[in-house]
Amino acid sequence: MSHSLRTIVLFGAVGLLILGTGVLQGWDLALVILNMGLVSAIMSLGVNLQWGIAGLFNVGIMGFVALGGMAVVLTSVDPVDEAWAAGGIRAIFALVLGAATIAGAFQLWRRTRNRWVVALFILVGFIIYRMVRDPAVDAVEAVNPAGTGFLGGLGLPVVFAWIVGGLLAAGGAWIIGKTALGLRSDYLAIATLGISEIIIAIMKNEEWLTRGVKNVTGLPRPVPNEVDLQNDPGFVETAAGLGLDPTSASTLYVKLGYSLYFTAALIILLVLAQLALNSPWGRMMRAIRDNEVSARAMGKDVTFRHLQVFILGSAICGIAGAMMTTLDGLLTPTSYQPLRYTFLIWVMVIVGGSGNNLGAVLGGFLIWFLWVQVETVGPGFMTWVTSWLPADSDLRAHLLNSVQHMRLLTMGVILLVVLRFSPRGLLPER
Amino acid sequence: MDFLNAVVALSNFVIIPAMAYGSQLALGALGVTLIYGILRFSNFAHGDTMAFGTMVVILFTWLFQSWGISLGPLPTALLAIPFGIAGTAALVLITDRGVYRFYRGQRAKPVVFVIVSIGVMFIYNGLTRLILGADDQRFTDGERFIINVRVFKELTGLEEGLGIKTTQGITLVTAVIVVIVLFWFLNRTRTGKSMRAYSDNEDLALLSGINPERVVVVTWIIVAALITVAGTLYGLDKSYKPFTYFQLLLPIFAAAIVGGLGSPVGAIAGGFVIAFSEVAITYAWKKVLGYALPEAWEPSSLVQLMATEYKFAVSFMILVVVLLFRPTGLFKGKSV
Repeated sequence: MSHSLRTIVLFGAVGLLILGTGVLQGWDLALVILNMGLVSAIMSLGVNLQWGIAGLFNVGIMGFVALGGMAVVLTSVDPVDEAWAAGGIRAIFALVLGAATIAGAFQLWRRTRNRWVVALFILVGFIIYRMVRDPAVDAVEAVNPAGTGFLGGLGLPVVFAWIVGGLLAAGGAWIIGKTALGLRSDYLAIATLGISEIIIAIMKNEEWLTRGVKNVTGLPRPVPNEVDLQNDPGFVETAAGLGLDPTSASTLYVKLGYSLYFTAALIILLVLAQLALNSPWGRMMRAIRDNEVSARAMGKDVTFRHLQVFILGSAICGIAGAMMTTLDGLLTPTSYQPLRYTFLIWVMVIVGGSGNNLGAVLGGFLIWFLWVQVETVGPGFMTWVTSWLPADSDLRAHLLNSVQHMRLLTMGVILLVVLRFSPRGLLPER
Repeated sequence: MDFLNAVVALSNFVIIPAMAYGSQLALGALGVTLIYGILRFSNFAHGDTMAFGTMVVILFTWLFQSWGISLGPLPTALLAIPFGIAGTAALVLITDRGVYRFYRGQRAKPVVFVIVSIGVMFIYNGLTRLILGADDQRFTDGERFIINVRVFKELTGLEEGLGIKTTQGITLVTAVIVVIVLFWFLNRTRTGKSMRAYSDNEDLALLSGINPERVVVVTWIIVAALITVAGTLYGLDKSYKPFTYFQLLLPIFAAAIVGGLGSPVGAIAGGFVIAFSEVAITYAWKKVLGYALPEAWEPSSLVQLMATEYKFAVSFMILVVVLLFRPTGLFKGKSV
């Protein structure tokens, strides 16, 4: 089968799967799968840029996704004026002090090369930072802790936050890349894994920034509210004309709205990624991936190119993270789990076909579809598997109870099977 | 008196917990380092292997408890450890046969192994949750304390108490025994020597007639033993939750890398370096400083450098500093 035919057939198959879900299990579920599938596709596009094209082993995707989610809060939520008055400026000043300490330490290291002087400088800087920060943070968190207790955001339109999410993730990636990219692949993996955990820890603890584990709910959205639609006589009439009741019509309408936004974002990013892949830049990146030494000998600045592609890929993950938080309408730092937001994305890229942008997108849709469907189909399947057991057996009850964990098992099996029998993925790199 | 109080408080809150945690990390890091030395990849499934092994131990502990078997003052889990090791060894050997051996035959790149181990991680994770669930499990029984805080205060008349939990004592003793046995095995026995030879130079070892498959099998069994013991001790000392064990991957790897990947002595040293820094940086020093310093200098704040939730940041920062200044770790490890 030729390459492009294979692409069309596989994409058609995934499209049919989602349409089939719509017909058999309801269009609501189909749209849920489609929307998160679009977001997942963007995430795996970002990872594909890093791994498939440049060969960088990044397992800190969760951190960049979370930074994107944080950007939504920081950009689109209305500012809390009392909190700003209580200690906002001071808290920001503390952040500047902290950054200045780190930057100063680097300068000092360059000048003196004396680790004790640098260590002393960092210690003093850290103490001053804590002395400025702690009272400010306490003051901010004391402002109406049940309702706000944080600084809020800038109150800008939420779509703007997607770009900010990308920028925030890019900034994080710059810092990480500067420290960790010189390391070998295993070390880079551990380093990125660690940093993603740290980002989540910051989001959980710095309540003045994102309310921490108290979550931020009711984030602004780019589409109308369901309730508003249901109260709009014009909308109800149109829905009735289509033979739908207002409630389900409004949810479908909202989800379709998200789908349109996300599809537009995916298409823009996919076109850009394809252009990059087929440009001289893309050829250079693949040359670096395939043989770093000879690429360096040809005069390519490998370190800089790695940093560049690491930042680009992470920015895409940040955009996807911001989109996801917008879709959810709330930011819950505790919901970020590495298996779901880092390793599942890896499964998507590997299964779809690393090095091929379309493959990564396909993997995003397909694996997300399976992830959702294993949960919805799983209980029925388990009932069937355990049907030979007596109805009151403990084993049966236990298996039926823990069926939700089937999906992890399934993903592992899928990844191993693909790696074994089709190591280049469903849509191999050309 | 104040000085003694400071020492006791320091031991109670920093030294003893860090010693126990360090031993657990060291055992885990030994497993990582052995796999890295012999099989030449970073095993991402390590944390979940640990969770699986501990789960088997927990199940056997419950079985023994239901039979009324116990060790008196010691936790029943100690009796169940051999069964846990057997179960874990069976699992990793099946995995090796079914998954890793194929890639060894292909002489795949280390990063392929790492990605494969991510797949294995998913499967182990799913298995553990399917069998035992994702919740906290407590399986400690027996005596809770070797020295009780109250008894210690009465005995010594100090203001500060010193409590040593049974699990902390057991952790230290077990870790010392396991490490002695391991080093004896690696340095004195024929199989151990062949393992070290294989780790040093694969081709040379093959030429001198060492059977690589045997070395690999022995390595997996040792790793299963180490990781089950480490997981059980951690579970006894704190509590058992599959997700916590998955997260332990980070400090364990940090310990192995800080010590020097591939170096068993380094893994132990790294474990203690990480544990002591984690505890020391997240501990509120107010109490100890209050005793140790003259009254006028007594700190008003908690003197806690970082909130407890940032302990991952600590292991990570040590990792970065070591990698920047000594890329092969404290004890010269491999750098493939």
